[in-house]
Amino acid sequence: MSIMEYNGGAVVAMVGKNCVAIACDKRLGVQAMTISTEFKKTFQVTPKTYIGLPGLATDVQTLAEKFRFKVNMYKLREEREIEPKTLAHLVSSTLYERRFGPWFVEPVIAGLDKENRPFICSTDLIGCINFAKDFVVSGTTSNQLFGMCESLWEPDLEPEELFETISQSLMNAVDRDCLSGWGAEVTVITPDKIITRTLRTRQD
Amino acid sequence: MDTLFGITGKDFVITAYDSKAVASITLMKIGEDKSRELNSHSIMLFSGEPGDGVHFSEYIERNVKLYGIRNGIELSPKAVASFARRELADSLRSRKPYSVNLLIGGYDVKTNKPSLYWLDHLASSAEVPFAAHGYGAYYCLSLLDRYHREDITEEEGVKLLQKCIQELRSRMILNMPDFVAKVVNKDGIRIVQL
Repeated sequence: MSIMEYNGGAVVAMVGKNCVAIACDKRLGVQAMTISTEFKKTFQVTPKTYIGLPGLATDVQTLAEKFRFKVNMYKLREEREIEPKTLAHLVSSTLYERRFGPWFVEPVIAGLDKENRPFICSTDLIGCINFAKDFVVSGTTSNQLFGMCESLWEPDLEPEELFETISQSLMNAVDRDCLSGWGAEVTVITPDKIITRTLRTRQD
Repeated sequence: MDTLFGITGKDFVITAYDSKAVASITLMKIGEDKSRELNSHSIMLFSGEPGDGVHFSEYIERNVKLYGIRNGIELSPKAVASFARRELADSLRSRKPYSVNLLIGGYDVKTNKPSLYWLDHLASSAEVPFAAHGYGAYYCLSLLDRYHREDITEEEGVKLLQKCIQELRSRMILNMPDFVAKVVNKDGIRIVQL
Protein backbone atom coordinates (compact mmCIF):
# COMPACT_ATOMS: atom_id res chain seq x y z
CA MET A 1 0.00 0.00 0.00
CA SER A 2 1.40 3.36 -1.04
CA ILE A 3 0.69 6.44 1.07
CA MET A 4 -0.34 8.23 -2.16
CA GLU A 5 -3.23 5.75 -2.44
CA TYR A 6 -4.35 5.86 1.19
CA ASN A 7 -7.25 8.31 0.74
CA GLY A 8 -7.81 8.08 -3.03
CA GLY A 9 -8.83 10.86 -5.40
CA ALA A 10 -8.43 12.17 -8.92
CA VAL A 11 -7.82 15.52 -10.58
CA VAL A 12 -7.67 16.39 -14.28
CA ALA A 13 -7.17 19.67 -16.18
CA MET A 14 -7.65 20.45 -19.88
CA VAL A 15 -6.97 23.29 -22.29
CA GLY A 16 -9.70 24.61 -24.59
CA LYS A 17 -10.03 27.56 -26.95
CA ASN A 18 -9.32 30.59 -24.72
CA CYS A 19 -10.43 28.57 -21.70
CA VAL A 20 -9.25 25.88 -19.32
CA ALA A 21 -11.08 23.33 -17.21
CA ILE A 22 -10.17 21.52 -14.00
CA ALA A 23 -12.13 18.71 -12.39
CA CYS A 24 -11.87 16.51 -9.31
CA ASP A 25 -13.79 13.68 -7.65
CA LYS A 26 -15.29 14.15 -4.19
CA ARG A 27 -14.43 10.96 -2.33
CA LEU A 28 -12.48 10.80 0.91
CA GLY A 29 -11.69 7.28 2.00
CA VAL A 30 -9.43 5.34 4.29
CA GLN A 31 -8.30 2.62 1.91
CA ALA A 32 -11.54 0.84 0.90
CA MET A 33 -13.78 2.57 3.47
CA THR A 34 -15.52 5.74 2.27
CA ILE A 35 -15.69 8.46 4.92
CA SER A 36 -17.05 11.45 3.03
CA THR A 37 -18.46 12.21 -0.41
CA GLU A 38 -18.07 15.96 -0.09
CA PHE A 39 -14.28 16.20 -0.04
CA LYS A 40 -13.29 18.57 -2.85
CA LYS A 41 -9.72 18.67 -4.05
CA THR A 42 -9.69 21.81 -6.22
CA PHE A 43 -9.24 25.27 -4.77
CA GLN A 44 -9.51 28.75 -6.27
CA VAL A 45 -6.28 30.69 -5.81
CA THR A 46 -6.93 33.79 -7.90
CA PRO A 47 -10.00 34.94 -9.88
CA LYS A 48 -8.66 33.04 -12.92
CA THR A 49 -6.48 30.28 -11.43
CA TYR A 50 -7.34 27.00 -9.70
CA ILE A 51 -5.14 24.40 -8.06
CA GLY A 52 -6.05 20.73 -7.66
CA LEU A 53 -4.38 18.71 -4.91
CA PRO A 54 -4.96 14.96 -5.05
CA GLY A 55 -3.03 12.75 -2.67
CA LEU A 56 -2.88 12.24 1.10
CA ALA A 57 -5.93 14.09 2.53
CA THR A 58 -4.10 15.66 5.46
CA ASP A 59 -1.51 17.16 3.11
CA VAL A 60 -4.26 18.26 0.70
CA GLN A 61 -5.75 20.35 3.51
CA THR A 62 -2.44 21.58 4.93
CA LEU A 63 -1.13 22.61 1.50
CA ALA A 64 -4.42 24.26 0.48
CA GLU A 65 -4.04 26.47 3.57
CA LYS A 66 -0.32 26.99 2.93
CA PHE A 67 -0.87 28.06 -0.68
CA ARG A 68 -3.70 30.40 0.32
CA PHE A 69 -1.30 32.05 2.75
CA LYS A 70 1.55 32.28 0.23
CA VAL A 71 -0.68 33.63 -2.55
CA ASN A 72 -2.14 36.25 -0.18
CA MET A 73 1.39 37.33 0.83
CA TYR A 74 2.39 37.52 -2.85
CA LYS A 75 -0.64 39.70 -3.57
CA LEU A 76 0.19 42.09 -0.71
CA ARG A 77 3.85 42.37 -1.74
CA GLU A 78 3.31 42.71 -5.49
CA GLU A 79 -0.09 44.45 -5.48
CA ARG A 80 -1.30 42.17 -8.28
CA GLU A 81 -2.62 38.65 -8.70
CA ILE A 82 -0.11 35.83 -9.14
CA GLU A 83 0.23 34.46 -12.70
CA PRO A 84 -0.49 30.74 -13.15
CA LYS A 85 3.07 30.12 -14.33
CA THR A 86 4.49 31.90 -11.29
CA LEU A 87 2.16 29.86 -9.09
CA ALA A 88 3.51 26.69 -10.69
CA HIS A 89 7.04 27.66 -9.65
CA LEU A 90 5.84 28.65 -6.16
CA VAL A 91 4.20 25.24 -5.80
CA SER A 92 7.30 23.53 -7.16
CA SER A 93 9.69 25.20 -4.73
CA THR A 94 7.29 24.69 -1.79
CA LEU A 95 7.30 20.96 -2.52
CA TYR A 96 11.03 20.70 -3.20
CA GLU A 97 11.69 22.38 0.17
CA ARG A 98 10.55 19.04 1.63
CA ARG A 99 12.68 16.95 -0.75
CA PHE A 100 13.53 14.22 1.76
CA GLY A 101 10.24 14.17 3.71
CA PRO A 102 7.73 15.23 1.11
CA TRP A 103 4.12 16.41 1.15
CA PHE A 104 2.24 13.51 -0.41
CA VAL A 105 0.33 15.43 -3.08
CA GLU A 106 0.68 15.76 -6.84
CA PRO A 107 -0.72 19.20 -7.67
CA VAL A 108 -2.42 20.29 -10.89
CA ILE A 109 -2.63 23.97 -11.82
CA ALA A 110 -5.06 25.44 -14.36
CA GLY A 111 -5.67 29.08 -15.19
CA LEU A 112 -5.64 31.94 -17.64
CA ASP A 113 -2.69 34.36 -17.59
CA LYS A 114 -2.93 38.14 -17.85
CA GLU A 115 -3.38 37.94 -21.66
CA ASN A 116 -6.05 35.26 -21.07
CA ARG A 117 -3.86 32.54 -22.56
CA PRO A 118 -4.66 29.10 -21.15
CA PHE A 119 -2.10 27.51 -18.84
CA ILE A 120 -2.08 24.05 -17.29
CA CYS A 121 0.61 22.04 -15.57
CA SER A 122 1.11 19.34 -13.01
CA THR A 123 3.96 18.47 -10.68
CA ASP A 124 5.05 15.35 -8.86
CA LEU A 125 5.24 15.18 -5.06
CA ILE A 126 8.68 16.78 -4.91
CA GLY A 127 7.86 19.59 -7.32
CA CYS A 128 9.06 18.48 -10.76
CA ILE A 129 6.87 20.51 -13.13
CA ASN A 130 5.22 19.00 -16.19
CA PHE A 131 3.97 21.70 -18.60
CA ALA A 132 1.38 20.49 -21.08
CA LYS A 133 -0.42 21.95 -24.07
CA ASP A 134 -3.39 19.55 -23.98
CA PHE A 135 -4.27 17.95 -20.62
CA VAL A 136 -2.75 16.86 -17.31
CA VAL A 137 -3.91 14.13 -14.94
CA SER A 138 -3.13 13.26 -11.35
CA GLY A 139 -4.18 11.03 -8.46
CA THR A 140 -5.00 7.34 -8.09
CA THR A 141 -7.00 7.41 -11.36
CA SER A 142 -4.18 8.86 -13.48
CA ASN A 143 -3.75 5.79 -15.73
CA GLN A 144 -7.45 5.63 -16.56
CA LEU A 145 -7.56 9.41 -17.03
CA PHE A 146 -4.67 9.30 -19.50
CA GLY A 147 -6.63 6.79 -21.57
CA MET A 148 -9.87 8.77 -21.49
CA CYS A 149 -8.24 12.15 -22.16
CA GLU A 150 -6.10 10.76 -24.97
CA SER A 151 -9.21 9.52 -26.79
CA LEU A 152 -11.70 12.34 -26.05
CA TRP A 153 -9.60 15.53 -26.05
CA GLU A 154 -9.18 17.58 -29.23
CA PRO A 155 -7.72 21.05 -29.84
CA ASP A 156 -9.74 24.31 -29.66
CA LEU A 157 -12.78 23.12 -27.70
CA GLU A 158 -15.29 25.83 -26.76
CA PRO A 159 -16.13 26.15 -23.01
CA GLU A 160 -19.29 24.00 -23.16
CA GLU A 161 -17.59 21.33 -25.30
CA LEU A 162 -14.63 21.37 -22.94
CA PHE A 163 -16.98 20.89 -19.98
CA GLU A 164 -18.51 17.83 -21.64
CA THR A 165 -15.11 16.40 -22.58
CA ILE A 166 -13.54 16.78 -19.16
CA SER A 167 -16.68 15.54 -17.38
CA GLN A 168 -16.95 12.40 -19.51
CA SER A 169 -13.20 11.77 -19.19
CA LEU A 170 -13.32 12.02 -15.40
CA MET A 171 -16.56 10.09 -14.88
CA ASN A 172 -15.57 7.17 -17.06
CA ALA A 173 -12.07 7.06 -15.58
CA VAL A 174 -13.17 7.02 -11.92
CA ASP A 175 -15.66 4.22 -12.61
CA ARG A 176 -12.62 1.99 -13.15
CA ASP A 177 -11.02 3.05 -9.84
CA CYS A 178 -12.30 1.86 -6.43
CA LEU A 179 -10.59 4.73 -4.60
CA SER A 180 -12.13 7.62 -6.55
CA GLY A 181 -15.56 8.80 -7.59
CA TRP A 182 -18.69 9.43 -5.48
CA GLY A 183 -19.50 12.67 -7.30
CA ALA A 184 -17.33 15.19 -9.07
CA GLU A 185 -16.80 18.94 -9.37
CA VAL A 186 -15.94 20.54 -12.70
CA THR A 187 -14.75 24.14 -13.16
CA VAL A 188 -14.39 25.86 -16.54
CA ILE A 189 -12.43 29.11 -16.52
CA THR A 190 -13.12 31.57 -19.37
CA PRO A 191 -11.91 35.18 -19.71
CA ASP A 192 -15.21 36.62 -18.46
CA LYS A 193 -16.66 33.97 -16.18
CA ILE A 194 -16.07 30.84 -14.15
CA ILE A 195 -18.53 27.97 -14.45
CA THR A 196 -18.55 25.45 -11.59
CA ARG A 197 -20.83 22.44 -11.77
CA THR A 198 -21.27 19.44 -9.50
CA LEU A 199 -21.72 16.05 -11.18
CA ARG A 200 -23.62 13.21 -9.54
CA THR A 201 -21.91 10.18 -11.16
CA ARG A 202 -22.26 6.55 -10.06
CA GLN A 203 -22.56 6.14 -6.30
CA ASP A 204 -20.69 2.89 -5.75
CA MET B 1 -9.75 -1.08 19.81
CA ASP B 2 -12.17 1.61 20.88
CA THR B 3 -15.25 2.51 18.92
CA LEU B 4 -16.68 6.00 18.50
CA PHE B 5 -19.93 7.07 16.83
CA GLY B 6 -21.39 10.39 15.81
CA ILE B 7 -24.74 11.27 14.21
CA THR B 8 -26.09 14.70 13.29
CA GLY B 9 -29.79 15.46 13.23
CA LYS B 10 -31.85 18.53 12.48
CA ASP B 11 -30.89 20.45 15.61
CA PHE B 12 -28.52 18.19 17.56
CA VAL B 13 -25.51 15.86 17.40
CA ILE B 14 -25.34 12.53 19.21
CA THR B 15 -21.93 11.10 19.98
CA ALA B 16 -21.15 7.80 21.66
CA TYR B 17 -18.07 5.96 22.87
CA ASP B 18 -17.53 2.56 24.43
CA SER B 19 -16.39 3.03 28.01
CA LYS B 20 -13.73 0.32 28.03
CA ALA B 21 -10.12 0.95 28.94
CA VAL B 22 -7.98 -1.87 27.57
CA ALA B 23 -4.28 -2.65 27.71
CA SER B 24 -3.43 -5.12 24.94
CA ILE B 25 -5.81 -8.07 25.58
CA THR B 26 -6.76 -7.15 29.14
CA LEU B 27 -9.83 -5.13 30.09
CA MET B 28 -8.56 -2.73 32.75
CA LYS B 29 -11.64 -0.68 33.49
CA ILE B 30 -15.25 0.00 32.54
CA GLY B 31 -16.42 3.57 32.90
CA GLU B 32 -13.54 5.30 31.14
CA ASP B 33 -14.37 8.78 29.84
CA LYS B 34 -13.31 9.07 26.20
CA SER B 35 -14.77 12.53 25.68
CA ARG B 36 -13.92 16.07 26.69
CA GLU B 37 -16.27 19.05 26.63
CA LEU B 38 -14.36 21.75 24.74
CA ASN B 39 -16.85 24.51 25.51
CA SER B 40 -20.54 24.77 26.26
CA HIS B 41 -21.57 23.57 22.79
CA SER B 42 -18.79 21.35 21.46
CA ILE B 43 -17.49 17.97 22.43
CA MET B 44 -14.48 15.91 21.39
CA LEU B 45 -14.34 12.11 21.39
CA PHE B 46 -10.98 10.43 21.07
CA SER B 47 -9.55 6.97 20.45
CA GLY B 48 -6.13 5.57 19.71
CA GLU B 49 -3.02 5.65 21.89
CA PRO B 50 -4.49 5.96 25.42
CA GLY B 51 -2.22 8.63 26.89
CA ASP B 52 -2.16 10.65 23.67
CA GLY B 53 -5.95 10.93 23.54
CA VAL B 54 -6.29 12.39 27.02
CA HIS B 55 -3.29 14.68 26.62
CA PHE B 56 -4.26 16.00 23.20
CA SER B 57 -7.96 16.51 23.94
CA GLU B 58 -7.24 18.29 27.22
CA TYR B 59 -4.71 20.51 25.47
CA ILE B 60 -7.36 21.45 22.89
CA GLU B 61 -10.04 21.81 25.59
CA ARG B 62 -7.97 24.24 27.63
CA ASN B 63 -6.98 26.35 24.64
CA VAL B 64 -10.58 26.49 23.40
CA LYS B 65 -11.77 27.50 26.89
CA LEU B 66 -8.96 30.09 27.16
CA TYR B 67 -10.09 31.58 23.85
CA GLY B 68 -13.63 31.87 25.22
CA ILE B 69 -12.46 33.60 28.41
CA ARG B 70 -10.06 35.96 26.62
CA ASN B 71 -12.43 37.06 23.89
CA GLY B 72 -15.80 36.73 25.60
CA ILE B 73 -17.09 34.70 22.66
CA GLU B 74 -16.92 30.96 22.19
CA LEU B 75 -15.31 29.32 19.16
CA SER B 76 -17.80 27.76 16.74
CA PRO B 77 -17.59 23.98 16.16
CA LYS B 78 -16.01 24.66 12.77
CA ALA B 79 -13.33 26.84 14.36
CA VAL B 80 -12.70 24.22 17.04
CA ALA B 81 -12.30 21.52 14.38
CA SER B 82 -9.93 23.68 12.31
CA PHE B 83 -7.84 24.44 15.39
CA ALA B 84 -7.66 20.79 16.44
CA ARG B 85 -6.81 19.72 12.89
CA ARG B 86 -3.96 22.18 12.60
CA GLU B 87 -2.51 21.15 15.99
CA LEU B 88 -2.71 17.49 14.98
CA ALA B 89 -1.24 18.18 11.51
CA ASP B 90 1.71 20.06 13.00
CA SER B 91 2.26 17.22 15.45
CA LEU B 92 2.12 14.67 12.61
CA ARG B 93 5.38 15.96 11.16
CA SER B 94 7.11 16.33 14.54
CA ARG B 95 9.44 13.86 16.22
CA LYS B 96 6.66 12.15 18.19
CA PRO B 97 3.22 12.61 16.63
CA TYR B 98 -0.01 12.21 18.59
CA SER B 99 -1.72 8.98 17.58
CA VAL B 100 -5.38 9.90 18.06
CA ASN B 101 -8.57 9.66 16.05
CA LEU B 102 -11.17 12.29 16.83
CA LEU B 103 -14.83 13.08 16.42
CA ILE B 104 -15.80 16.67 17.13
CA GLY B 105 -19.49 17.35 17.55
CA GLY B 106 -20.97 20.76 18.12
CA TYR B 107 -23.94 23.04 17.86
CA ASP B 108 -23.33 26.49 16.38
CA VAL B 109 -25.44 28.87 18.46
CA LYS B 110 -25.03 31.66 15.86
CA THR B 111 -26.33 29.75 12.82
CA ASN B 112 -28.39 27.22 14.84
CA LYS B 113 -26.78 24.34 12.95
CA PRO B 114 -25.32 21.14 14.38
CA SER B 115 -22.11 19.79 12.88
CA LEU B 116 -19.90 16.76 13.18
CA TYR B 117 -16.22 16.54 12.16
CA TRP B 118 -14.30 13.33 11.53
CA LEU B 119 -10.53 13.51 12.03
CA ASP B 120 -8.08 10.63 11.79
CA HIS B 121 -4.60 10.27 13.28
CA LEU B 122 -3.08 11.81 10.12
CA ALA B 123 -5.19 14.94 10.69
CA SER B 124 -7.45 14.51 7.67
CA SER B 125 -10.64 16.33 8.55
CA ALA B 126 -14.11 16.08 7.03
CA GLU B 127 -17.49 17.45 7.98
CA VAL B 128 -19.89 14.53 7.81
CA PRO B 129 -23.55 13.71 8.56
CA PHE B 130 -22.49 10.61 10.50
CA ALA B 131 -19.18 9.00 11.38
CA ALA B 132 -17.53 6.13 13.20
CA HIS B 133 -14.00 5.28 14.32
CA GLY B 134 -12.36 1.99 15.19
CA TYR B 135 -13.33 -1.56 14.24
CA GLY B 136 -16.96 -0.64 14.92
CA ALA B 137 -16.85 1.55 11.81
CA TYR B 138 -16.46 -1.49 9.56
CA TYR B 139 -19.67 -3.00 10.96
CA CYS B 140 -21.79 0.09 11.46
CA LEU B 141 -21.14 2.57 8.63
CA SER B 142 -23.45 0.52 6.42
CA LEU B 143 -26.22 0.70 9.04
CA LEU B 144 -25.72 4.43 9.45
CA ASP B 145 -25.73 4.85 5.67
CA ARG B 146 -29.01 2.95 5.37
CA TYR B 147 -30.97 4.52 8.24
CA HIS B 148 -29.57 8.04 8.63
CA ARG B 149 -31.64 10.97 7.39
CA GLU B 150 -30.88 14.68 7.56
CA ASP B 151 -34.03 15.39 9.59
CA ILE B 152 -33.68 12.49 12.03
CA THR B 153 -35.12 13.17 15.52
CA GLU B 154 -33.26 12.63 18.76
CA GLU B 155 -35.26 9.49 19.63
CA GLU B 156 -34.62 8.05 16.17
CA GLY B 157 -30.93 8.90 16.55
CA VAL B 158 -30.73 7.04 19.84
CA LYS B 159 -32.59 4.08 18.26
CA LEU B 160 -30.07 4.07 15.40
CA LEU B 161 -27.18 4.05 17.86
CA GLN B 162 -28.78 1.12 19.67
CA LYS B 163 -29.01 -0.71 16.33
CA CYS B 164 -25.30 -0.12 15.78
CA ILE B 165 -24.39 -1.36 19.25
CA GLN B 166 -26.62 -4.42 18.80
CA GLU B 167 -24.74 -5.19 15.58
CA LEU B 168 -21.40 -4.93 17.38
CA ARG B 169 -22.61 -7.22 20.16
CA SER B 170 -23.70 -9.87 17.67
CA ARG B 171 -20.81 -9.67 15.19
CA MET B 172 -17.65 -8.57 16.98
CA ILE B 173 -15.44 -11.09 18.75
CA LEU B 174 -14.65 -8.56 21.44
CA ASN B 175 -17.51 -8.09 23.85
CA MET B 176 -18.88 -4.60 23.80
CA PRO B 177 -20.08 -3.52 27.23
CA ASP B 178 -21.82 -0.23 27.80
CA PHE B 179 -21.67 2.75 25.52
CA VAL B 180 -21.97 6.30 26.79
CA ALA B 181 -23.91 8.69 24.56
CA LYS B 182 -23.77 12.46 24.76
CA VAL B 183 -26.09 14.85 22.95
CA VAL B 184 -25.16 18.39 21.96
CA ASN B 185 -28.01 20.77 21.14
CA LYS B 186 -28.93 24.41 21.68
CA ASP B 187 -29.12 23.89 25.45
CA GLY B 188 -25.60 22.43 25.70
CA ILE B 189 -24.23 18.95 26.33
CA ARG B 190 -25.93 16.15 28.23
CA ILE B 191 -25.62 12.39 28.69
CA VAL B 192 -28.42 10.21 27.32
CA GLN B 193 -29.22 6.66 28.32
CA LEU B 194 -28.84 4.08 25.57
